[in-house]
Amino acid sequence: MKVELKNLTKIFPSRNKKSGEEVVAVNDFTFTIPDGKLVGLLGPSGCGKSTTLYMISGLQKPSGGRIFFGEEDVTDLSPENRGIGLVFQNYALYPHMTVQQNILFPLQNLRGKDKMSKSAMLERALNAAKLVQIDNLMDRKPSELSGGQQQRVAIARALVKMPRVLLLDEPLSNLDARLRLQTREEIRRIQKETGITTVFVTHDQEEAMSISDIIVVMKLGVVQQVGKPQDIYDSPVNLFVAKFLGTPPINVFKGRVEDGKLYIGEDAVMDITDVENKEVFVAIRPEGFIPCPDGALKCALSNLEVMGRDVSIVSRHDASVNPIVRSIVDADNKIDLTAQTVNFSLKPHKVFLFDVETEERVYFGVEGLNLPTAPVVEEPAEVEETVAEVAPVEENVEAEVE
Amino acid sequence: MAKFSATMKKVFVDGIWNTFCVKWIWETFFVAWIHDAFFINFVCKKLKFDKWKAWVYLSPAIILLLIFTAWPILNTLRMAFIEDFKAQNYRGLFEIDWSKLGFKNFEKVVEYRAFKTALKNTMLLCFLTVPISTFLALLIAVCLNAIKPFQRLLQTIFFLPYVTNSIAIGMVFAAMFNVVGRVEDPNAIVGIVNNILKLFGVEPIDWINSSSSYGANLTVLVIYIVWNALPFKILVLLGGLQSVNKQYYEAAKIDGTPRWRVFTKITVPLLSPMIAYVVITGFIGGFKEYSSIIGIFGDGMAPPGTSLPGNKRWYTMVGYIYDNIERNQGRASAAALILFAIIFAVTMVNLYVSKKKTHY
Repeated sequence: MKVELKNLTKIFPSRNKKSGEEVVAVNDFTFTIPDGKLVGLLGPSGCGKSTTLYMISGLQKPSGGRIFFGEEDVTDLSPENRGIGLVFQNYALYPHMTVQQNILFPLQNLRGKDKMSKSAMLERALNAAKLVQIDNLMDRKPSELSGGQQQRVAIARALVKMPRVLLLDEPLSNLDARLRLQTREEIRRIQKETGITTVFVTHDQEEAMSISDIIVVMKLGVVQQVGKPQDIYDSPVNLFVAKFLGTPPINVFKGRVEDGKLYIGEDAVMDITDVENKEVFVAIRPEGFIPCPDGALKCALSNLEVMGRDVSIVSRHDASVNPIVRSIVDADNKIDLTAQTVNFSLKPHKVFLFDVETEERVYFGVEGLNLPTAPVVEEPAEVEETVAEVAPVEENVEAEVE
Repeated sequence: MAKFSATMKKVFVDGIWNTFCVKWIWETFFVAWIHDAFFINFVCKKLKFDKWKAWVYLSPAIILLLIFTAWPILNTLRMAFIEDFKAQNYRGLFEIDWSKLGFKNFEKVVEYRAFKTALKNTMLLCFLTVPISTFLALLIAVCLNAIKPFQRLLQTIFFLPYVTNSIAIGMVFAAMFNVVGRVEDPNAIVGIVNNILKLFGVEPIDWINSSSSYGANLTVLVIYIVWNALPFKILVLLGGLQSVNKQYYEAAKIDGTPRWRVFTKITVPLLSPMIAYVVITGFIGGFKEYSSIIGIFGDGMAPPGTSLPGNKRWYTMVGYIYDNIERNQGRASAAALILFAIIFAVTMVNLYVSKKKTHY
């Protein structure tokens, strides 16, 4: 089931009535989730990702915009009529029911023509339990389960009604590190097996990158970038996205472009083309450094962190925005710790430039290399344009009626 | 220091406290405390009394409890097992006439018709009011929890009976149900309840006056007791409801759970510890029902002219006990112990059932 969000907006009224300042949790979110894909909504806390999820679920009403499941407009449908399964952050398993009763619960609610026989319900519940591998725990109470097992029960309960869309709210945040790794693979497997369009919310970029087909990076209610995890990592559109994705985080320097040369501090580190002279932020991924004696970027060496396969070089540079510059290089590189300085040359495709004012990406070229260029902005079709203009008006009328 | 303690010792030990016991306490505690902290430590350890400071802090409470709780309980036991115990015959606090010891008081009490009346009334009131008030309280609490605008105001209104004197409320109730003159007389002045009934074409009913029936009295009492019991129950249940995680309801909503099912399958089970608490305390309070009877009927404990001497129509267990304290403390004590046994048994049953039915 394709899920389409059109100009989705959520405005919370201010708590303080005097100041009257509204909080825009989600601002003009337009995005289509392709059928059968796993989509991760990623962003720091308070960026509106959970609100978006709850609007898709129907638990929260959007202030503006429409939501479509396939061709059907579900914006005004109540949650139970949308055919969704929602897994809450803390699972919300009914503590007084056994695992089996928990999974059966949504089925027992069915009335009228959907009403199922007892044996059919049991079979469906068992199938759902088998899918998440908890069929041996059916008689336990949630309090007798580990966090990971509770998570599976919650997923089974969401899946048992065969929802059109599965929504997961911070599915891994209550699990410990090891379980998190295991469970995210599990979620991926279950999603693949069922083929249900799945949206999940997370603030952990690693989590989002590892299992999503598509990532949506959000900040303060505004979508920053949408794309495949690797594409976003390799080509962030602005400084926020560049900083948010990747561990260890990207290194940011103050720099400038002068006559086809890129300067970091006083070091001319690269020859670049297609950029006029201006001040820029230079962001370099940790793996974008190559230590070599005649490298152009001269840093004061602090220490080495050995991680076996890789070595992390911690150094300092006056132009660095972060307190330290962290680069990750292959352990084969022998670094002289007694040396005061370490010199790097840079991998051009791991270097991103951002405008100092707007923090938007500044695309540049390097002779003989094929680097990503600015994406061609497609003119939206006119039909969509009219929908976008009409939709908020409709919503306002409804709000007045209420 | 030594001199000071010696003079103190002289004043206290030789003057006022002359028993061995007091001397011993003096020696071990106060003198030693002044002289040598190590010594007191030693003494306390020897006595396995190494938390003596705690005991000192606790002593006011312990002394009060001993005087006003432990002693009365022990005394009740003593009085109940001595045949025809009358306080004037037993001067000493611990005096026991061993020849009269036995279960005679209990046998007598159980044989009394008044006691049977009391038992019947208590049971009837208890088993009627507790379920009704619990159910109503649950309903009101759920409704209160569901509304936003007037929640605080309504909460206050529902809570008013709790902070009002129950005797006073009883008198107001009595006025509401009162009839001045004969009920059959169309000119009789009737209370507000009869006036309201009149609007619906119901003839005035004698609720609490001399010609009233047992059933009419019971109706008034049940209404009064339920109304009086509601606020506390609503408070507890509302508190419980507000602590229930809202996500259970969101999860239920997504699954399209009908309202009634949400109530029976989610709200009630999650509230079950609170419900159990309210029911158990309700039964304990219900078996001690007394002030409502006094409030409505006065200390006659019955509509005027309806009681036989010594057997009032609205005796309850506690009412019976209080009525007999003057004349025969032995019987009253025996009745009190029987009441205790009943409450104990009912509470045990309650706990047993709630353990099976509640989820914690």
